[in-house]
Amino acid sequence: MGSISKIHDMLVTKQVSCAELTKSYLDEIEKSNGELNAYVNVTPDAALKTAGAVDKKLASGEEIGMLEGVPMTLKDNISTKGIETTCCSKILTGYKPIYDATVWELLQKENAVMLGKTNMDEFAMGSSCETSYFGGAANPFNTNHVAGGSSGGVSSAVGGNIAAYGLGSDTGGSIRQPASFCGVVGLKPTYGAVSRYGLIAYASSLDQIGPITKSVEDASIVFDAISKQDRRDSTSKGGSPTFDKLDNDIKGMKIGIAREYLDGVRDDVKEAVLEAAKVYESLGAEIVYFDLPILKFALPVYYIIACAEASSNLGRYDGIRYGYKTEHYNGTHDMICRTRSEGFGEEVKRRILLGTYVLSAGYYDAYYKKAQNLRGTIISAFNKAFESCDVILAPTVPMTAFEKGNAISDPIETYLTDICTVPVNIAGLPGVSIPCGFNAKGMPIGMQLIGKSFGEAEILNAAYKYQQAAPDKFIDTKWGVKL
Amino acid sequence: MVSGFETHIELSTKTKIFCGCTTQFGGEPNTHCCPVCIGLPGTLPVLNREVVRFAIKAGLAVHGEIARVAKMDRKNYCYPDLSKAYQISQLYAPLIIGGYVELSNGRKIRLHHIHIEEDAGKLIHQHGDTYVDYNRGGVPLIEIVSEPDIRSIDEAKEYVERLQQVMRAIGVSDCKMQEGSMRCDVNISVRPEGSDKFGTRTEIKNMNSINNIAKAMEYEYDRQVDLIESGGKVVQETLRYDDATGTTSSMRSKEDAHDYRYFRDPDLVTINISREEVEELRAELPELPADRYKRYTAELGLPEKDAALLTKYRRISDYFDEACEGVKSPKTVSNFIIGQIFRRTETEADKEIFDVAVSPAALNELVKLLDSGKIRNNLAKSTLEKMLDTGKGALEFISESDMGGLDENALLELCRNAVEGNPKAVDDYKNGKEKAIKALVGNVMKNSRGKADAVAAEAKIKELIG
Repeated sequence: MGSISKIHDMLVTKQVSCAELTKSYLDEIEKSNGELNAYVNVTPDAALKTAGAVDKKLASGEEIGMLEGVPMTLKDNISTKGIETTCCSKILTGYKPIYDATVWELLQKENAVMLGKTNMDEFAMGSSCETSYFGGAANPFNTNHVAGGSSGGVSSAVGGNIAAYGLGSDTGGSIRQPASFCGVVGLKPTYGAVSRYGLIAYASSLDQIGPITKSVEDASIVFDAISKQDRRDSTSKGGSPTFDKLDNDIKGMKIGIAREYLDGVRDDVKEAVLEAAKVYESLGAEIVYFDLPILKFALPVYYIIACAEASSNLGRYDGIRYGYKTEHYNGTHDMICRTRSEGFGEEVKRRILLGTYVLSAGYYDAYYKKAQNLRGTIISAFNKAFESCDVILAPTVPMTAFEKGNAISDPIETYLTDICTVPVNIAGLPGVSIPCGFNAKGMPIGMQLIGKSFGEAEILNAAYKYQQAAPDKFIDTKWGVKL
Repeated sequence: MVSGFETHIELSTKTKIFCGCTTQFGGEPNTHCCPVCIGLPGTLPVLNREVVRFAIKAGLAVHGEIARVAKMDRKNYCYPDLSKAYQISQLYAPLIIGGYVELSNGRKIRLHHIHIEEDAGKLIHQHGDTYVDYNRGGVPLIEIVSEPDIRSIDEAKEYVERLQQVMRAIGVSDCKMQEGSMRCDVNISVRPEGSDKFGTRTEIKNMNSINNIAKAMEYEYDRQVDLIESGGKVVQETLRYDDATGTTSSMRSKEDAHDYRYFRDPDLVTINISREEVEELRAELPELPADRYKRYTAELGLPEKDAALLTKYRRISDYFDEACEGVKSPKTVSNFIIGQIFRRTETEADKEIFDVAVSPAALNELVKLLDSGKIRNNLAKSTLEKMLDTGKGALEFISESDMGGLDENALLELCRNAVEGNPKAVDDYKNGKEKAIKALVGNVMKNSRGKADAVAAEAKIKELIG
């Protein structure tokens, strides 16, 4: 049983009131957030208000939904009406949206108790959470290590038991990579399964909101709640329900392993993934190896497309309407230049510059157009791969969580950590990262299951089967719900 | 002179192109706005399909080819009135390809394409500060890009007028240049007569009246010719026209030209246009002004001048067509409209609205009385004036006794009286002054209170005088 259903049971059987539960989480945040730095903004009043409403319902004997009263968190790039939403950038400090993101609207209808907004790499650009204007989030397994990024705050909070679950966003691995680093489950849904309305854009054609949870069931419950078609997002299609398909038999399921995904992967990670493959074989699945040579282009394609879109998406932060504005300036042009120079961090500036360059006259064909063409080729390659297998198994990250400070020193080296996660975004496919072991230092290792377009049910089912077979890899089992 | 136009026209859809805000002109600053059209972080555009439909109609009206698949692109540039720092427009796959506008001299100004895009907000300079009003931000536009086919200022003026006329006629835009719902960027170059090589062009931005277009083109043409004749070279640049001085000045040179870094907007999906939808929209189109003009001149036999005036605004043509229903002489209807009704709708704005006290059916009734010979022209004219004054029908002013004309004897009687009572005119006529007969006919008409047939009267009088 996952954390969400456990909490639900506790609430329904009145073992704990929602207010008590919420307070215990808030107390825990008070105690450990100093070290974890998972939350950048805690919202106790709103949380307790919702908790009160849930308790009222419970007292009157009304039935409550699975997510009702469950304390959770949102990454700080998901718009929350009246609650500061900064993308952990100086340039958005003080910005309080006047509308709610669709996912938040959906969860509010479920009476989700939001404890606060969580840390992230600035504008979701980074793999360690350390580009955050508020400093990085720490790894709950070892606070000298990073939580990963960009959804580092959500993963740190969920892994550190100061949120039952959270929503992150994944553009090139930003849900799966920190989930892998923090020993939790992270689902990056198919592009279009979850509405992006209200998600502050990094790279619009790659961004997707998804759950970070302690267990596969939890990921499934949250995914089902947020994967609704939204007329405010033209690219949204909605997803099909997954929870009722979790315990399907996987006998005869073909699990593919692309040899390229194992290239350059650290031995401990590779071993854990191959170990997991054996678990699958023992469950009756068939492991098929194949080649996906096109993967070597995934990183450049990702960085060209993501930076190009980012350079356009981030043009609007000019100090005129909201957020940070420079103090001293001479005219509009100077004001915009100073605001942006002072408001954006180094990594964001680097990607804006890269993106501006690849879209510039004379370079568009050589970079952006070529990347788009290759994107098409990568999509076809995945389609072809899925002719011979049902899901693809791969490491989530070639390594475990690195020590703090290492990512900042070498950006290119850091970009390479995205190698296993970006292909899924490029192809718009669903991918779920689940824990599959620990290395010698006790840091969690993650693996991902990649599915066909809108194949969330299939990968979550496969993930669930693994979780049942190897429960000791999951912190949900290890630590349970702390109160 | 070689010139090509980029014409922006605001579409009169009820709501904006990517959100549900009103497109109404004016309003308190920043009241026709929402998170989407002020580009708040996280918001997404959703294409208003009505905009596509309006644009397709516009494309059909200028004989363009409607694409089966169109896409939206981002045009990136930084300016405070552009809330997202990019304008959603079309570059790589516009909605309409080709087409033309035919001028009265028979020349066709070819169109390169027509695309849809969003308008930007407006800067307001006040009390030494600059404010932004985003009410206009997100209002749908079509941009009609012509080939460099315009060869004179007259052609340029007519091109703009034709576009205005046809877009108004099909109801996609009010094309009010003074309110900015139609704006032109004018590209202009010169070359020696007989040469087929294009010269270096300059672009005059944001022209907001036909008069200014003419003045700016004249100035720019002279400037370029003088420059070349004195051994200089035209520099490719973007110019602004100063209405007060009547001159153009540089906004930016080619080197400073924006690099818009166009790319496909990932937030919007591909626009598919079925042939069924195109045919449906084609069927909704009214008869186009150019077709009406041809019908009026060729089928109804109206003079070109009349046809041009009657087809300038759709309401006038509709009025004319309705008033013509079943009449013998459309020219008579035209005369009434141009000669009398136009005096009551003096301004262009009045003509466009064409709110006339006399309904087309009432005019039709009057003309039919005239057609059947029941009343004479003079009586019809004066009756129409009374109808225009009061909004009442013709029969309110014409009694039974006014109708039916005069019998032979009564006419003979009146003619005899005229001849006997005006010996001087009779003498004049006899001495060869042809015109003197008119005075005698006038006398008959007057005494018959307009009922007499002037032609018959003249014949009778000639008979009497011998």
